[in-house]
Amino acid sequence: MSIDRPSGDVVLSVRDLEVSFATRRGRADVVRGLDYDLRRGETLALVGESGSGKSVSTMALTKLIPIPPGRVTGTAMLDGQDLIAMSERDLLAVRGRRIGFVFQDPMTSLNPVHPIGRQLTEGMRHHLGISESDARDRAVDLLRKVGIPAAEKRLDDYPHQFSGGMRQRVVIAIGLSCDPQVLIADEATTALDVTTQAQIIELVNQLQDELGMAVIWITHDLGVVAGIADRVMVMYAGEIVEEADVDELFADPRHPYTVGLLKSLPVLGAFDRDELAAIPGLPPAPTDLPAGCAFHPRCAYRDDERCVSERPPLREVGGDAGSGHRIRSFYEVAEDDRRAAATAGIAAPEHREEDAS
Amino acid sequence: MSDPLLQVDDLHVHFPAGGRAVGGKRNPVRAVDGISFSIERGRTLGLVGESGCGKSTTGLSILRLVEPTSGTVTFDGTDLGNLGRKDLRRFRRRAAMIFQDPYASLDPRRTVGDAIGEALDIHDLHQGRQARATRVAELLERVGLHPDTGSRYPHEFSGGQRQRVGIARALAVEPDFLVCDEPIAALDVSIQAQVLNLLAELQDELQLTYLFIAHDLAAVQHVSDRIAVMYLGRIVEEGDRRDVITDPQHPYTRALLSAVPVPDPVAERQRSRVELVGDVPSPMNPPSGCRFRTRCPRVFEACGRIDPDLIPVGGGEGSVGGGHTAACLLHGEVGQPVERSEHPDANEIEAGLDGALPNR
Repeated sequence: MSIDRPSGDVVLSVRDLEVSFATRRGRADVVRGLDYDLRRGETLALVGESGSGKSVSTMALTKLIPIPPGRVTGTAMLDGQDLIAMSERDLLAVRGRRIGFVFQDPMTSLNPVHPIGRQLTEGMRHHLGISESDARDRAVDLLRKVGIPAAEKRLDDYPHQFSGGMRQRVVIAIGLSCDPQVLIADEATTALDVTTQAQIIELVNQLQDELGMAVIWITHDLGVVAGIADRVMVMYAGEIVEEADVDELFADPRHPYTVGLLKSLPVLGAFDRDELAAIPGLPPAPTDLPAGCAFHPRCAYRDDERCVSERPPLREVGGDAGSGHRIRSFYEVAEDDRRAAATAGIAAPEHREEDAS
Repeated sequence: MSDPLLQVDDLHVHFPAGGRAVGGKRNPVRAVDGISFSIERGRTLGLVGESGCGKSTTGLSILRLVEPTSGTVTFDGTDLGNLGRKDLRRFRRRAAMIFQDPYASLDPRRTVGDAIGEALDIHDLHQGRQARATRVAELLERVGLHPDTGSRYPHEFSGGQRQRVGIARALAVEPDFLVCDEPIAALDVSIQAQVLNLLAELQDELQLTYLFIAHDLAAVQHVSDRIAVMYLGRIVEEGDRRDVITDPQHPYTRALLSAVPVPDPVAERQRSRVELVGDVPSPMNPPSGCRFRTRCPRVFEACGRIDPDLIPVGGGEGSVGGGHTAACLLHGEVGQPVERSEHPDANEIEAGLDGALPNR
């Protein structure tokens, strides 16, 4: 039942990525040593709560964070070129061209005083050096592709003339306009209603099949992850705490934080009015990270020796060697707990089965 | 048998539209356009719907933070529409509100102890400074914060802690009834469960009655006894949470449920989403007949003419407290949805439905 692990070429290879900021309260370590490979045609989901470093880690790839006060170290190889070492001038040819972006709120990522056609063609004219009329033709194609009706008539409309869902489609069209190798979608459906969100997720899945780009999908919503990802990285306090194929992550989660998140979700169709299994405490501030494992103050599995003093390495777990299932914890969650978390999401309402048939 | 604390009848809230239309007055925005429901003492009604459906306005107008255009709201036997200023203040001791954004709903320049204490001052609920401080500490402790934190400012708290402060402030007046408007939407996943648990705990302990307004169906299902689904200013389906979630009878409820992503990749791949076409129409100019018809996957001709009322559906007993109702022409005969595709003779169906449904 598991989907094929994308075996495409590695498009983006990130090693030892660290991002810190100088603040009045001292140095804030926001991203602390990220390693991953992104393959062609793959959707990698970055899940985590606010402050976990998921957005900053992707913004840092093209230096979309102010430096200083930010500091970025490590390497990010895109087609043999290191983005982190690249000059600002060279990065201009990467942003929007080889890496496309879709941000959370289409009302703020679109310019309200320009028609959307102009915002769509701007990047294409600059990056691809094509004429205004060619760019407009391409823009119409793109708008059709993202499902905007009467596309040629809408090029001269302004953002406020579109609904939220339609605006986000426009933003996706802009993100795709220069055929990027990597599309970074940062909470791209969070501001949308669920019915619109469902449409956008289908759209991105379908466009990816068609265009073969790699997608980094940043979200805090585990339901969205299940619907869109091939592979998942769970982030906590600036680190990857668990990484696995999407099926494996939900069927057999191993890190106490991942299991905690899954068990804390209310599940549609589960009516036993038990208390939700909340994770106690709060995530740490990046200026004041605990010693040892960053999750230890909230963890039910911690011991009082290693966990509080030593930072756990990211290590391979699970049955299949080479499955790429890794966790950053000295302890794995006990099997019955894992099973409880894995089945938590499966009690779907009855009518679902009906719809699926 | 049923003992509603709150009863809402045919509530309308219309807002005048800004600007001026060519050739005359603009239509008002019909944010809430004729809804009725009741909540029994000690129970929770979950109000779900997408942005702009009128669910927040409903909550505000019940507390008369927004004046209803028409309709009645009866709280514990008293018609709130007739309350003068003094009585209204007395009512507000019994009903309070928890807002979505704990960043926006707390004054950044006042300590949280002051924010909580203000409610005590307004309603004369303490004797002297010492008693006030004791009560604030008690409230803070009750919502899971350290009793000494009253002297701190909102920015010193995380989002989840701030929401706890918001809850403590609502509890300060010892209310019977709380309107919770998206109380967890702004919080992180691991914190949402903490706040939902706290609300459930407080309900048990203090016999509170909740109107829980949210767009998150899973959360609403978790905390509610009954669920009402809103679309474009109307309730389109209402019933016991189990009935609404497992046996939805209105096409909109079905669409909404099918769009909720579930944390299970296998289920996500297998299911097909009921795709809704188009966008929500403007509440200034809602469609004739059924408001959902412009997006409905099962629309037929009569839907443009008949504005359906909530009628008993499914296996509900049909009583006010226990029934399951939906506002859709598919339910011309109780429990027997009529599908257009199954009945090629649409005229006959419509004739039958016309007879079965009270026209508006």
